[in-house]
Formats: sequence, C-alpha cells, structure tokens
Amino acid sequence: MKLSVWTYEGPPHVGAIRVATGMEKVHLVLHAPQGDTYADLLFTMIERRNHRPPVTYTTFQARDLGSDTASLFKSACHDAYNRFKPDLLLVGASCTAELIQDDPGGLAEALDLPVPVVALELPSYQRKENFGADETFFQIVKKLASPQPRTKNISCNLIGPTALGFRHRDDVKELEKVLQNLGIEVNVVAPMGSEPSDIVNLGAAHFNVLMYPETGESACRFLEKSLDQPFTKTVPIGVGALSDFIKEVEGITGLNDLQNRVDSRLPWYSASVDSTYLTGKRVFIFGDGSHVISAARIAREEIGFEVVGMGCFNREMARPVRVAAKSLDIEALITDDYLEVESKIAELAPELILGTQMERHIGKRLGIPCAVISAPVHVQDFPARYSPQMGPEGANVIFDTWVHPLVMGLEEHLLTMFREDFEFSDANGPSHHAAHQPAAAPKDIQPEEALSKGSSLNVIWMTDAEKELRKIPFFVRGKAKRNTERYAVDNGVLEISIDTLYEAKAHYAR
Amino acid sequence: MPKDIPQLGCAKSPVLKERGQHEVFCGLTSIVWLHRKMQDAFFLVIGSRTCAHLLQSAAGVMIFAEPRFATAILEETDLAGMADVHEELDRNVSQLLSRRPDIKRLFLVGSCPSEVIKLDLATVAEKLSEKYFPNVNVINFSGSGIETTFTQGEDACLEAVIRSLPSSERTQLAVLGALPDIVQDQMMRLLNELGLEDIFVLPQINFDDEVSVGPNTHFICVQPFLGASYEEMVRRGAIPISANFPFGAEGTTKWLWAIAERFGVSKAVFDAVVAAPKLRAEQAIESVANDLRGKSVFFFPDSQLEIPLARFLSNECGMELTEVGSPFIHKSLVYADLEDLPSSTQISEGQDVDKQLDRVFDYDPDLTVCGLGLANPLEAKGLSTKWAIELVFSPIHFYEQAADLASLFARPLNRAKLLKVSA
Ligand code: SF4
Repeated sequence: MKLSVWTYEGPPHVGAIRVATGMEKVHLVLHAPQGDTYADLLFTMIERRNHRPPVTYTTFQARDLGSDTASLFKSACHDAYNRFKPDLLLVGASCTAELIQDDPGGLAEALDLPVPVVALELPSYQRKENFGADETFFQIVKKLASPQPRTKNISCNLIGPTALGFRHRDDVKELEKVLQNLGIEVNVVAPMGSEPSDIVNLGAAHFNVLMYPETGESACRFLEKSLDQPFTKTVPIGVGALSDFIKEVEGITGLNDLQNRVDSRLPWYSASVDSTYLTGKRVFIFGDGSHVISAARIAREEIGFEVVGMGCFNREMARPVRVAAKSLDIEALITDDYLEVESKIAELAPELILGTQMERHIGKRLGIPCAVISAPVHVQDFPARYSPQMGPEGANVIFDTWVHPLVMGLEEHLLTMFREDFEFSDANGPSHHAAHQPAAAPKDIQPEEALSKGSSLNVIWMTDAEKELRKIPFFVRGKAKRNTERYAVDNGVLEISIDTLYEAKAHYAR
Repeated sequence: MPKDIPQLGCAKSPVLKERGQHEVFCGLTSIVWLHRKMQDAFFLVIGSRTCAHLLQSAAGVMIFAEPRFATAILEETDLAGMADVHEELDRNVSQLLSRRPDIKRLFLVGSCPSEVIKLDLATVAEKLSEKYFPNVNVINFSGSGIETTFTQGEDACLEAVIRSLPSSERTQLAVLGALPDIVQDQMMRLLNELGLEDIFVLPQINFDDEVSVGPNTHFICVQPFLGASYEEMVRRGAIPISANFPFGAEGTTKWLWAIAERFGVSKAVFDAVVAAPKLRAEQAIESVANDLRGKSVFFFPDSQLEIPLARFLSNECGMELTEVGSPFIHKSLVYADLEDLPSSTQISEGQDVDKQLDRVFDYDPDLTVCGLGLANPLEAKGLSTKWAIELVFSPIHFYEQAADLASLFARPLNRAKLLKVSA
C-alpha cells in the first residue's frame, strides 16, 4: 500500500487508451466501472480532442457483481463492434475488473468477431501508464506486423507517439521535416495517426526511429528481432543529441554527409553575450527518463547550466538516468512520490527547475521558476502554436522556454543595484512576466518563509543577517541562504551574523 | 412570453430507464469539494492508482496546494493476503495523522477495488476511532463507482456522518448539503430573519460544532442528490420538509416558504423578509433570460441537479426542455420540481451513452448540458455545451446567485454568437 496525493502516471489502462485514441479504426472495450470513464476527459479537455476516445466501458455496477459481469462484457463487446465497426478490437480490464477475473480476452474470442482481437494484460497493481501504452502497442504490432518487401527508397517508421503525449503532435512533424532533409522517407508513424493496415505495413521500412522509449521500445525491439529492422537509440532532443541521432542514421543507412543538413539557432543564442548570465545557473531536472536525459545534456553542454539534481518518475528508465546522473557527479532521484521530489528541490534550492506540471506546482510554492519538459501533461502543454521538442526547431523552442522564466542578463544587475527602490521590489520580478512571480504564491505557504526561516540545518539566523539576506534578489537568495548555512555548519558557527553571510559569500565566490 | 401555456407535471410521466454504458464520474469525485468544506477533515481513499488518478484529474493538479485527501494505493502485495492490508492501513493512517495533527475527522473512503476484495472499512474505522479517541473521529463511507455516481459520494459521506450523530430531543432545523461559504451565510441570514435560530448545516465545517438529531429535528435538503442521507435522517426520527430546490427566485421562495410554514412563520413576516431579495433576483434573471428564452436544452445525466435546474430554466428563464437525464431520480426529493416540469419533457434515468448521443443529435438542441468527456466532441459537431461539473463547483443556490446561474447557461450561447471564425 502506498500513500499518494498526486501521481505522475495513471494506471496502465490509461496507457492503452492513449494508444487506441492515437490510432484510427481501432476500438477498445474496457471492462471497468463507470467512474473510470473520467479518462475520456483527459483527451477531450486536456488535449482538446474533438472526438470521444474510441473506448467502450462496460460500467458494471455492484448489482452486476453477484450475477453476471461476463455476459455484460460480451454484450458490450458485441454492441461496440456493431456500432463502430473497427478493423481491430482491443479488450482489457481496469483495476477493478482485474479483481473479478472475467477474462475479457477469452470472452471476446468466443464472440468470433470478423476482425482481429488483441487481449491486453494490464497488471494494474504493479505497473503504470507508460507500461500500458508500451505493452498495448507492442501487442498490436506483434499481432499485425508481418514481413513486407522493403520500400525502394530508404525509409523508416516513427515509433512511439501517442494521444496525450508531451508535444508528440509537433515532434512528429519536426522529425518528418528532418528526415525529409536527410533524404529518408517516412513509411509509417505509429501508434499516433496509424490504422491497423499501416501496422501490417511496418515491415516495409528499412529501420525504425524510436521517438519515445517510454511508449515504443518493446515494439522496436520486437521489430528488430522478428523483421530485422534496426532502430535508433538516441532521442533527438537538443543539438548534440540530434547530431548523434544523425550519426546513428548514417550508420544504419550507409548514407553519409548528412550532418550539415540541419541547423538550429540554439548554438548562436547560447554563444551570444546576453547568454553569459546563464552560466552556471543551478538547475534541477525531473520528469520521464528520456526527457530528463535529454534535458540534462542540453542544460550542461548547450546552455551552460550546472545540473545540481536530476531524476525520473518511471522506474523503467532508472538505469540510464542513473548513468547520466553519474556522469554529472550527482545521484539520480528515482521516485514517483512528489513529496520526495519537493523536499529534494527545497534542499537543493536550484535557480531553475526543469520538470513536469508537478514540479511547476512545487516551484510556485518555493518561489523557484520552472519550465516544463515532460509529461504528465496539462492543458498548457498543448499550445496552439507549433512547439516541438525534437529536431532543430525543438532546440530553439527549448532555448526560449528555459530562458524565459529567468531574469534577463542586465536586468539581473539592475535589480541588485536598485533593490531599495520600491519600484524594483522583488514582488515585481522579471519585467517580462511579473505575473509568474512567487509573490503570487498561495497564501498558506509563503516562499519568503520557506526560504529564509526554518533552516534544515541546526543554525540560527540572527535578525540583522536575515534582513541582509532579504536584500539579496530573490532569484539568488535560495542559493545564498543554502551556501551560508552550509558554510556555518562546516565551520561550527551556530548563529549566522552578517559577517558569516559575507564570509560564506567570499568562500563560495566563483 | 411562451406561445401557449404548457401543461405542467412530470411526476407521473413515463421515465425512460437506461442501463447501458454510463459516462459519469464515481462518488470519489465528491471529495474534491467536500474536503474544502470540512476544514478539519481528511479523506483517505483506499483504492487503486485509477482512483488516485481520477481525483487528480477531477481536481486539476493546479488547484490546491496541499489537499486534505490522498489515496492509499493497493498494490500486488496487499492483494495477496488480507491481514496485510489492515496492518498497512494502520501504518498509513498513523503516518498521516502524525504529519497532520490538525485533522479531527478522518474519512476512510471505499472504492471499487476495496469493495470487491471485501475490505471491511467499517470495522477498521471503528478500531481506529478507538485507537485515536478522543483526538480523531474515524468514519467510513463508499465512493466506489460500482455503487455511487459523482454527487452520491457526498450523499454517502453525509449518510455516514448522520449515522454517527448523537440523539437529542431538541427542536431544530437541519439543512443538508454542502454549499460554498458565502451562499451558506446568505441562507443563514434569511433563515435567521425568518426567526429561526436553532439551525445546523451538514456537513459541519468543524467537527467541534455540536450537532445532534432526533424526533424534533426538522430537515430539508439543499441538494437533490442526498437520497440516502434523507433516508438516514428519517430513520433517526427526523421529519423531512419537502419543497422545490432553492434555484432561482421561485425555487428559493418555495424552499424558504416550506420551512417557514413548518415553523409557523406568518405569511406577513415571510413576505417582509423575502420581498426585496426576491425582486432583486427576478430582475437580475430577467436581464439574462433574454438570451435563453425560447432556446431548447438537453441534459445528459451527471450530478442529479438536472431536474431542479430544468425547472429553473423552463419556468424562470423560458427555455424549452427536450430530454432531462439524471443518473438517479429520488422522487421523494425532487417530486415538487418534477411536478413543475412541462409534461412534454422526456425524463430519463440511468444511461446508455451511445444511444443518448443519437438522441441528442436528433433533438439538435440549442444547449446541451453534459460531462467533461462529452463537451468538446459535441462542440465539434456544432452543439453548444455547458459542462455540468461547473454547476457543482459554482455558487448557484438562493436569490443572490439566481442570475449567475442563468448566466452559466447563457454564456456558451452568447459565445457561439460572438465568434466569427468557424472551427
Ligand atoms: S470507478 Fe471505482 S476504481 Fe474507478 S476511480 Fe471510481 S472508485 Fe476507483
């Protein structure tokens, strides 16, 4: 039993719905009680889809339990087939139906429908949403994909995008452009946008591009083994990763000199002098494993931040995330408990969080700016404008998005110089988006309090020193506080005075 | 003005009963507003990751800093042996209570999984109540989707609260149903002005508020979905007051008058108290109703507020009713409102969502009231919609909110008129 307030992932059947909803001519019959239909709103409200997800929920009730939930499932299946006439039927059980063990697969098989049926095993009490998506797509591929003659020109499939995915819609478009520039055709994009006949045809491609390991890796591994299709391992988010991705493509296809065919503005924007102020900004990174690994590389190598902490919520990606963290001399935080993430962030007091909607929430409370890099998604993660993460345009978008919450170059100094001027009060924050500032944080938890009172270490701030601390601009105050406390502890100082503050400043001066 | 005076009375009209796929939340959803209402209470759902995800999706991650609810997520290991679950629950509760010493009431909320594995939360609650006496009172109820829809969670919660109330002979008025604070204050002012002093409201804001029930307790519901709470009050000997629900000027007046009559308040006093706010409400509605008059409306079943709201829209705003669907119809509660509906209205109970979607397209109403899962797909097909869940979260009861309530329905229609780009 695990106590949970907010969760990073839904149950595995939500992953199955993401796959089904992304596809065409597929219908999912889910053995589930009525409350589970809430999943529809994720797609119709958060993603603003204009269709209901292709899901029939059996919505059994307590009174059905005593009698016959199995026949309820059969009639729901039958009706759903007749009404929607899909080319492929998926059947599965949500957490409650898993307990009553009606065997949806067997029941659907017995109906002898004229279309292929895939029975999904979605262990709700062990696994989560990403697993559900990965497993569902893998089962569909396993059922339908078959050897096909390869296309005449070099081609690939884009594997992994689903409904409700973080920027999947735009990443697909961006990668299609990149591949076109490289002279490679796109055979099939799946699951999102594909129909069962496209899955049959996956085998015509020369290789697969694994866009999202979270949702497409099992399918890619299967295709590699059974259809002899190699797949790319680098997720092309960021300039460096994009270049590595293209190297992989060169290796697989035997094409060469592809590198110069893509171009991002990120390197010049990072090199230009206004970006000097980004140097060494301390960032904390959290999200799904793939996005975190990409973000850490960009943060470190392409923007010049210092990564002070990173981690992921999906245990499946723990290993590569640990490896990536180790290369930065930090230890990865692998957890799906947002309270743990919150206390880690409070402890590290970074200047910027790169996280999920959950961390945005945490950042608001602690008064730390946050840019979103990963699912779980929120309605804001489906912007009207083109906003990919992958490819050259993705790198541009990332540069803008991450830099936006920070105080801009010269402004940082102006704020420090004039901080006694009431018009430069902390509460105003960066001039370009005052509305996002911590002064607007929920009143029950004051960021000021969180930062300047209640030290986690055993030291006391004397009144003068605390006043002095408040004079430091809010965007570096957390760091100053933390460094001073650590300095005090290291030097056996129990009460922090103004002198301690400046001694610590001198000590940590870069 | 309506063209011809419609015939009223739906209480005896045939109800279309449906038993297909439902597209409604489960009772756990009620926790989203109940936990804000009871400030010393914590709601611990014993359920699955799905339950946690439902609560999160319904609440919206961004709304609350530290909500007073959580889910104890059952895992594979818990399902292996029952002894384990009780210990685990004990451990989680003590962890929770030590982190939140401000909690005086702990609700253990059952879910589909906990019901199916027959976890006896009543016994657990009893034991925990003994263990934490007198600091924390532990009560259980079920918000499971196999037994409750949406607002029935509040009903089940109140029913459990009523069951645990002490008995008394006091002559008093009980008002059942959670209201936003500002609305509750308005209601109390009106009742006080009518000369009623001994009043309590369930759910209580604080557990320390002393509340009891008995044969001299007269009670009235402020929400139509409190069927089980109603029954439990009757079982405890309390005497129901029946009326229309207090939506709009007319609904509010009839609701208040039913109470006034029961407590022997004279018509003169009553009129003096309600005259001004009633007139204000009527005038305010009038200015909004222009946009609604003659427009047709279709209700998908959602919160059980459908019948009283349909009465308001039809009788006070001049809308035409097509189908009014409700997940359940507690006739003892909504009788008065049913009686006031035009008898041509198609009333439906339960749901078979695909068939109902076919019907809504046949009716092609000007406005469709539906759940969040259906709203955008219907908009995309050219129907104007109003999300039903907003009606549960917004202040809509009594005189001062009457025009706001009408506006909630007028807004989507006005917006559709405003936009000159087609989607
Ligand atoms: S319907 Fe049942 S399983 Fe689903 S969220 Fe509600 S209580 Fe949990």
